[in-house]
Amino acid sequence: MTASPILLLDNVSRVHGHDETAVRALDGVTLTVHAGELVAVMGPSGSGKSTMLNLAGGLDQPTGGKVIVEGADVGAMSLRDLAALRRRSLGFVFQDFNLIPSLTAAENVALPLELDGLRVRKARRIALDSLEAVGIAELADRYPEHMSGGQQQRVAIARALVGNRRLVLADEPTGALDSQTGEDVLRVLRARCDAGAGGLLVTHEARHAAWADRVVFLRDGVVVDSTGTPPNAESLLDSAGAV
Amino acid sequence: MSIRRGLLALLTQEPMYGAQLRTEFESRTGGTWPLNVGQVYTTLARLVRDGLVEAAGAAGDEGRINYRLTEQGETEVQRWWAAPVDRGDTPRDELVIKLALAVTVPGVDIQRLVQTQRTATLRHLQDLTKLKRATSDEADGRGPGQQKELAWLLVLDNLVYAAEAEIRWLDHVESRLAREATRAPKARTRDTARLYDDRSERVSR
Repeated sequence: MTASPILLLDNVSRVHGHDETAVRALDGVTLTVHAGELVAVMGPSGSGKSTMLNLAGGLDQPTGGKVIVEGADVGAMSLRDLAALRRRSLGFVFQDFNLIPSLTAAENVALPLELDGLRVRKARRIALDSLEAVGIAELADRYPEHMSGGQQQRVAIARALVGNRRLVLADEPTGALDSQTGEDVLRVLRARCDAGAGGLLVTHEARHAAWADRVVFLRDGVVVDSTGTPPNAESLLDSAGAV
Repeated sequence: MSIRRGLLALLTQEPMYGAQLRTEFESRTGGTWPLNVGQVYTTLARLVRDGLVEAAGAAGDEGRINYRLTEQGETEVQRWWAAPVDRGDTPRDELVIKLALAVTVPGVDIQRLVQTQRTATLRHLQDLTKLKRATSDEADGRGPGQQKELAWLLVLDNLVYAAEAEIRWLDHVESRLAREATRAPKARTRDTARLYDDRSERVSR
């Protein structure tokens, strides 16, 4: 396996403020997520978990190092390219689902495709495939208010990985769910990663982090430990050298 | 774990011979508590002595004796279902003892100890999760009514929650020690001082 990672954080730092008031939210973090891999990040609040996700998703810019998504340097992108990257390459899943209430499940999932210029009918067909992949094809025409929390979160995962999108960034996706439903959502996320997506999961629940291939521990903006090494360290070096 | 009560409970279902009891016990608890045949026969002998179990007829062709519950044994099982398990007698946990000693003995890097343990426990949790996933996929594949798989999954869940609790406790230990170190810098011991210094060193690096 020599494929380059879907996500590479290469010695990434994020400092807020200047001089003596500077706060290092992230301090030289290197992390990869490959296709087929689910990586969990754990750490106390304020350890830099959310900063990491925001950087990975292009919602924030690093003050040091590089963020590479699907081979493209996020830091070097124009705002327009960044918006395109977020439409085409990655999706977020949040604790509170963040579905648009006036749209059906299928319309929510199709939205990034339509924003990207796809025709409605084609976007719907792709959205239905994505809903099928998370096991809720039959709920396609339901509105969020008529779905359970677990079902809404599946829609959010379907939306995050619709079409060619391969990177899902999940911020406490089970936070609002009971333990069995939370586990079911993790199972879906795991299955989507097994089918070829890459996932970065922030959670404070060890039980849910345990579904990941690797669990990375953050403290004070630094990776202090990990339950494993990336599957192919060589390709990490390759891609790091290539940029 | 009370093997004695486990065997009595199994015998409420039907009379069984020793090796069968062992197999049934292990399949229902997923082999989490492996028994050897010797333990089973020793326990059975005591149960017979105490009048809770009796031989159901003479030994068969293969020399096996079927055992069944006596009325007294039946009462004992019902009492077991009805009463809570005694938690007063807490088992000794090496990690708890190790940490208590680490906090009081000089020269231990507690932060590292906590992190090393947390990573190891999380790895264990990952293994349990894989096992759980494989078992439930298997049970799903065979359709409903897989009572033994269900029992094994519940046992696994118990181990999962126990590992999770240990990690939460380690998180708590870490933040408690960090707070201790910042709250009383003058009175701090050499070791909590080190914990604190490690942290500030990381921040400034």
